[in-house]
Amino acid sequence: MLLLFFMKVCMSVSGIIIIVLVLGFAGFFLSYARACAIVMQGTKMHSRPHYYGLWTFLLIIVPSLFFLFFWNIGSNIYTERRALTHIPYAAAGDIIHQHNLILSTIRNLVNRLPKHSSNMLNHQLNSYASLRDILGQKGVVLDVQGKNYMVPIVIEWVSGLKKLRQTGVIITFVLAIIGFLVGFSETKVKKRARNRVERVILLGLLVSSTLAILTTIAIVSSMLLQTISFFRAVPLSNFFLSTAWNPRFSVMTFDESIGEFGLIPLLVGTLYIAFVAMLFAVPIGLFSAVYTAEYATPRARDVIKPMLEILAGIPTIVYGFFALIVVGPFLRDLSAAIMGGNHAFIMAQSVLTAGLVMGIMLTPFVSSLSDDIITAVPRSLRDGSLGLGATQSETIKRVVLPAALPGIVAALLLTASRAIGETMIVVLAAGVTVNLTLNPFEAMTTITVKIVNQLTGDLEFNSPQTLVAFALGMTLFVLTLLMNVFALYIVRKYQERYE
Amino acid sequence: MNCFSKSYLKSLPRDIRLKQRYRAEKRFRAYGYTAIGIGVFFLTALLWSIFSQGYTAFWQTSITLPVKLDVAVIDPQNRRDKNPQILITANYPVLIRNALAEKLGIAIDDYIGLRELNHMISPSAGIKLRKMVLDNPQIIGSTQSLTVLAGADIDSAFKGKINLTVSEISRKISNRQIKWMYKLAAEGSLYKAFNTGLFIFASSSRPETSGLGVALIGSFYMILIVLMFSLPIGVATAIYLEEYARKNRFTDLIEININNLAAVPSIVFGLLGVSVFINFFGLPRSSSLVGGLVLTLMTLPIIIIATRSALRAVPISIRSAALGVGASKIQMVFQHVLPLAAPGILTGTVIGLTRALGETAPLLLIGMVAFIANYPRTLMDPATALPVQIYMWANESERAFIERTSGAIIVLLMFLAVINTIAVLLRRRFEQHR
Amino acid sequence: MSSELKIKMCGLDVKVSYGKKRALHGITLNILENKVTALIGPSGCGKSTFLRCLNRMNDTIEGALVTGKILLDEEDIYDSSVDVVELRARVGMVFQKPNPFPKSVYENVAYGPRIHGLAKSRVALNEIVEQSLVKAGLFSEVKDRLHDVGTSLSGGQQQRLCIARAIAVSPEVILMDEPCSALDPIATAKIEELIDDLRRNYTIAIVTHSMQQAARVSQFTAMFHLGNLVEVGTTDTIFTSPQERRTQDYITGRFG
Repeated sequence: MLLLFFMKVCMSVSGIIIIVLVLGFAGFFLSYARACAIVMQGTKMHSRPHYYGLWTFLLIIVPSLFFLFFWNIGSNIYTERRALTHIPYAAAGDIIHQHNLILSTIRNLVNRLPKHSSNMLNHQLNSYASLRDILGQKGVVLDVQGKNYMVPIVIEWVSGLKKLRQTGVIITFVLAIIGFLVGFSETKVKKRARNRVERVILLGLLVSSTLAILTTIAIVSSMLLQTISFFRAVPLSNFFLSTAWNPRFSVMTFDESIGEFGLIPLLVGTLYIAFVAMLFAVPIGLFSAVYTAEYATPRARDVIKPMLEILAGIPTIVYGFFALIVVGPFLRDLSAAIMGGNHAFIMAQSVLTAGLVMGIMLTPFVSSLSDDIITAVPRSLRDGSLGLGATQSETIKRVVLPAALPGIVAALLLTASRAIGETMIVVLAAGVTVNLTLNPFEAMTTITVKIVNQLTGDLEFNSPQTLVAFALGMTLFVLTLLMNVFALYIVRKYQERYE
Repeated sequence: MNCFSKSYLKSLPRDIRLKQRYRAEKRFRAYGYTAIGIGVFFLTALLWSIFSQGYTAFWQTSITLPVKLDVAVIDPQNRRDKNPQILITANYPVLIRNALAEKLGIAIDDYIGLRELNHMISPSAGIKLRKMVLDNPQIIGSTQSLTVLAGADIDSAFKGKINLTVSEISRKISNRQIKWMYKLAAEGSLYKAFNTGLFIFASSSRPETSGLGVALIGSFYMILIVLMFSLPIGVATAIYLEEYARKNRFTDLIEININNLAAVPSIVFGLLGVSVFINFFGLPRSSSLVGGLVLTLMTLPIIIIATRSALRAVPISIRSAALGVGASKIQMVFQHVLPLAAPGILTGTVIGLTRALGETAPLLLIGMVAFIANYPRTLMDPATALPVQIYMWANESERAFIERTSGAIIVLLMFLAVINTIAVLLRRRFEQHR
Repeated sequence: MSSELKIKMCGLDVKVSYGKKRALHGITLNILENKVTALIGPSGCGKSTFLRCLNRMNDTIEGALVTGKILLDEEDIYDSSVDVVELRARVGMVFQKPNPFPKSVYENVAYGPRIHGLAKSRVALNEIVEQSLVKAGLFSEVKDRLHDVGTSLSGGQQQRLCIARAIAVSPEVILMDEPCSALDPIATAKIEELIDDLRRNYTIAIVTHSMQQAARVSQFTAMFHLGNLVEVGTTDTIFTSPQERRTQDYITGRFG
């Protein structure tokens, strides 16, 4: 009984990881002990004993776990491909997203099955309804849309996956054992264990540093793929030129109209709110930076800077809530009071509300970036100006700020890119209605709001309604990328000037 | 001193517009004050509005009642031995209502009164009583003292959050309910107690029974993942770029990339999570694992940048000294340079972690905005996060949720403050040990 | 000394401390009109500190405290009635490292006249700029590049640009804090020539590290050591027959 349980644990993926790790530690101590024993005999080894232990440890875990990782990904993809070929062509129809819908239904089923698979596979199942009943008894709720032909596909998928997994686990175990044997037998006087361990560490460092690149590649490629499939369903002109936003949720019924996905009102809303926010944040942020950098006594600086840091550390969702509960209603009531009646010309959710609160959020960002840049202006320039009899404000306005200008421009670009990409404040304070207006007192919506809208809730992937989020995300990414790269370029140029 | 020339002194009163210029100076200084003032004003307004609305969320109005577990109500036909369903489906809320009616002396045929009484108690009370009976069926027939949560409106009214001076029609609780509330309070059976529910309850449609339980666990899991992945990978990347990489096109590209990733909008990382982790790798939606991975990718550039500048600040003399006594480069980096850079790395990590803890947008996209009633037990189970829970509550229309939301924000801010304080203390220790 | 000599500036028992550290221990020294006074001494002796007191540049340093009196034409410049902006317009300063503003050559020179409102018209401003550049011996070199950035000039040109910038405000006194220490010998020679020219119209106080320079450009020399004034006199006297042992040691290169 215990043995059976043990076997079961061994065969599972998490079990084999633990076993490999245990083997690894055992290998470490055995090699370490062997090396120690050799040293005790008075022989001088090339490396200190723990390096031999580490080398064995690495030999055991690295190849086996790498294999396990890629084997599992590979087997997932392989079984999915194989299942795809079994979907009856007639049922799939000839429209691509219908095909995808079936696939995602099946995938959904598979994800729910494995925990119950062992006894379920014993039943001779052939109808979706009976599968649903069996699972229903175990507390797993399936939706009603499944078809009978899906059941054998699902069962084959699950059992195929299981077989592949087991094979993978066995190979992993063998690899670990081989690693152990090689490592232990290589614990000899002449072997350069330290150099090998260090080479592996170096390789690890190199691999880590490529992860940043991989992330970017993943962002770009995933968004590009989804964007391309979006534009397969929706013409470019619909996205870039239309001023209407009306993505109909018509996946199931094959309506001819796919809805309207006009970028323009969203883009205008995004830029408008960002503009209002900058209008607020730039003067306040800049003047506080000038004050803290040039006028404040060290003690005042020690008070003001942490305060601004607190503002910068508050999560944006808190600002959003502040806008929703305090600033929005306040502006609405204020405008009503100005009109002297019930007619409030400022809506609670408006460009002004969102812009104002976003401005507050950006202020510490502007001020801390500009503060760094202003303090980096060499003292000699200030002395030069003061020595000629300029007042402090003249020195700041005519010498310090112009000298810091490129850096400040870069800082403002970075801030603006933040304003464009900000989500939580606009989701709560700007509204969701698509509105193309220049009146800052009305609600407008932004790219980020629509991305959130389109991707929350129970939407199926691969419908244009979902994919449009990726097209919007791509637009956002490209927009902010350009601003960031330009800002970084200016900063680099600027740094060279004072070096 | 007699050789000073008096005449020369008088010949030189040049007009350099001093008055005008000092006015400009004053004005400029005033702009600075004003800017700082506005910043401070908004910080105070923000914190004050959150704290003044939220501190009451840490107390919850409860009612303690002697409840008579009447057999006639629970199991009128006495079949509970044969059919266990009876005890599950019995009408427990009525028992509590009757207990309350008895206490307040309300006639059993005053239907409007009884309905109003029902609204005074949270729907969770019946569930609590059911659990009590199911755990110990022997108590049926006896009278038990039971503490239940008051309804959300009573809770708000008792905390003074509902304006009781407006006319009865336009407020959520009736005159009679107010009278009863004060009567119960005077007897000591209605009172405010510390709101443990805020920290342990899961999602609920009723404000008084919703809490941060799932969100706290989810946030904890995700922070753990972020720490486990982004710290080692980030430090490794920084070490490679700073200590090993030669200046060439490839490393230049990596560098631009990292700087750029630090400035990519967070929502884009959410899109990445949806299409890569969920769609491509098939990881479960709403799980802490996916959330943690997305936040890891977001935190990485911050840690890399901070670590690099910390490494750069370690003096060359330390490196030469280590290499000079025969350490290998790896030993030099790991045994000499890294310990000296630790405070800087710590600061960067804390900045990254606090940002990850407060991040909302990408988590919305990967489906963490969900009604989750059970605690997540593994990283694969659906979970939510503290800021996401705040977002969901902020969208609730019921007034009592505003209090909960503010309370949740206070909890979030407290966590951020605690992390920062620990970091400051740790940093001091590090620096002392040098 | 001839009776025509006038005292332009005069320090009376000037003491300076930075925080708890005393940098000058009571200096009394006259700066004579239309003469070049050199302040010499080993590094850290307080000569630059004293120079910076003369137009109150020490005000900009955190925690600097100046006591004693400094008179400019009988008026104490540390008196509360004296305006520091006006003072600095009368007592200009040239710094150790050339520090032209990141603006054009023209704008650099025009900066002072502009902030003080000295030119009533564009033509007048052009006149001031040209005259200042001519006086600084730079005009012929830069007349075609007036609108290039000041930092694009060579080191020596930059320093002369800074001198022109100071002259443009028409100060009475020009303070120079080791103006040649960052320059090569040829540029140094040009600046020294210029200083000799400027003496006719301005009173000059110059801090220098180099004995030879002091001997070449100055009429009077003051020797500082460890925050004290060791000896002051005509340059000839100081260099040929110093009264103090320390002065002699320093001049002959035994320390410093």
